Amino acid sequence: MTAAAVQVTDVGRVFAGERTVTALEHVDLTVGAGEFVSLIGPSGCGKSTLLRLIADLDQPTSGAISVFGRPAEQARLAHDYGIAFQQAGLLPWRTVRANIELPLSLHGVGRGARRERADEMLALVGLTDFAEHFPDQLSGGMQQRVAIARALAERPSLLLMDEPFGALDEMTRERLQSELVRICAETQAAVVFVTHSIPEAVFLSDRVVVMSARPGRIAGIVDVGLGRAGERGDDLREDGAYFAAVTAVREALHGGASAVPARGVETR
Amino acid sequence: MSGVVVAPGRSAGGAAARARWGRGLHRAAPVLLALVLVGAWQAVVVVAEVPAYLLPSPLAILGELVDFLPTIASAALVTGTNALVGLVLGSVVAIAAAVLASAVRTVDALLNPVVAGLAVVPIVALAPVLYTMYGASVETGRQIVVAVAVAVPVFVTTLRGLRQVRPVHRDLMRAYAATPRQAIRAVTIPTALPFVFTGLRLASSLAVISAIVAEYFGGPRSGIGSFITTAAAGSNYARAWAYVLGGVVVGLLFYGATTALERWGTPGARR
Repeated sequence: MTAAAVQVTDVGRVFAGERTVTALEHVDLTVGAGEFVSLIGPSGCGKSTLLRLIADLDQPTSGAISVFGRPAEQARLAHDYGIAFQQAGLLPWRTVRANIELPLSLHGVGRGARRERADEMLALVGLTDFAEHFPDQLSGGMQQRVAIARALAERPSLLLMDEPFGALDEMTRERLQSELVRICAETQAAVVFVTHSIPEAVFLSDRVVVMSARPGRIAGIVDVGLGRAGERGDDLREDGAYFAAVTAVREALHGGASAVPARGVETR
Repeated sequence: MSGVVVAPGRSAGGAAARARWGRGLHRAAPVLLALVLVGAWQAVVVVAEVPAYLLPSPLAILGELVDFLPTIASAALVTGTNALVGLVLGSVVAIAAAVLASAVRTVDALLNPVVAGLAVVPIVALAPVLYTMYGASVETGRQIVVAVAVAVPVFVTTLRGLRQVRPVHRDLMRAYAATPRQAIRAVTIPTALPFVFTGLRLASSLAVISAIVAEYFGGPRSGIGSFITTAAAGSNYARAWAYVLGGVVVGLLFYGATTALERWGTPGARR
């Protein structure tokens, strides 16, 4: 059996300072190869912190994280994952094509291979006509698609996404969600996806990890089970099973049957 | 992306012609204004019989400009060379210092008061001191004045630019396991460049002004500034104005060159 994409074992993260903040406490999580897992929870529940720990952009104060069977730092140095943030974070002085090629050129891929791969990625996210544009000439949704193309450029088996659609309007967001589902079906990558939105988490994920705040821990895990990524279409958004899963996640978020809405969670 | 709006009920051709005419007018407007102002100036001087020491007429200045063109040109060349040498020297030192200050905290702490001091010292006033140090027959003193004057804005803008790297870009470089060298090339330098260019553009005008003013305080009689004082002292007011025009041309050249450099150095239609 192959190693899990991500293995989080009893992880804690404490930010020391004037007031010590426990961002995460006793977090255990396994993400299988090719599995799509969303992290959802109120603001300050540590879901972004957890993602940063997996990406080795930050280190846990206790516990251990392994990515494909090796420590997070080694995984980062081996370019095991692709990453996308809430801000597209494109380099404004590079064209769309050069932005997608950035990780490839940093890792010494030759010009021809880079170009070929960028063409594939541009086609995948539907931006072939915009290859020579600069990021400032694109809409927010298009920029985010470039960021996703960049994250996928090295064919990672793991994709880390921190609210990549958080700043987009609802219509663009739903379209990009459908695109992401299609892309994941094509690339077979495992995904850890941080979001505020319950419908987004349910639509995209195999499993939704519900977190609670202060200290951040896992409150529950909802098995969505709406079928493999390739089989999901927009009609799923009006399916009974989809609504049932949305309800299940909402109840897990609110700690059972409590009707008090959790802060910072969009229920739209 | 681009939207061409055509008013309903009007032919597109007519709108295009109008747009062209509008653009032409837009460009011609400042030239027309300048011509009108110069014309008014000439009229006022002639009609009111303004004495030349108060305000010479544009035609008189033009006459002097034509008569003394070779002298004005060579004086402009001397002043321009001083400004250029000082600009390059001061910028190189300032950029190197800013890179050091951004990399090493101690250097930053050491340099801060020095730069604050330099910013408030009336640098051209140092010219007489420098003439005694380097000899009154060479241009070195003037070039140093320019270099010092230029260094402050270039240092400040460059240092600021080097500190503008966005956290998301820093995270990205770390996520890609980029070496420090790669991160500097891919992110830090491109982020800082527009700031450096803005500093250079500000410094370019300052360089020409400092070079001219430094000549007022002595040194060899070679540049625009020396000739302006000589002409004014000899009551040749129109000639003094003609030399001022020469200085204006040098200043415009410097400003135009650094603006072009800035445009060339910031791809992506930013800012």
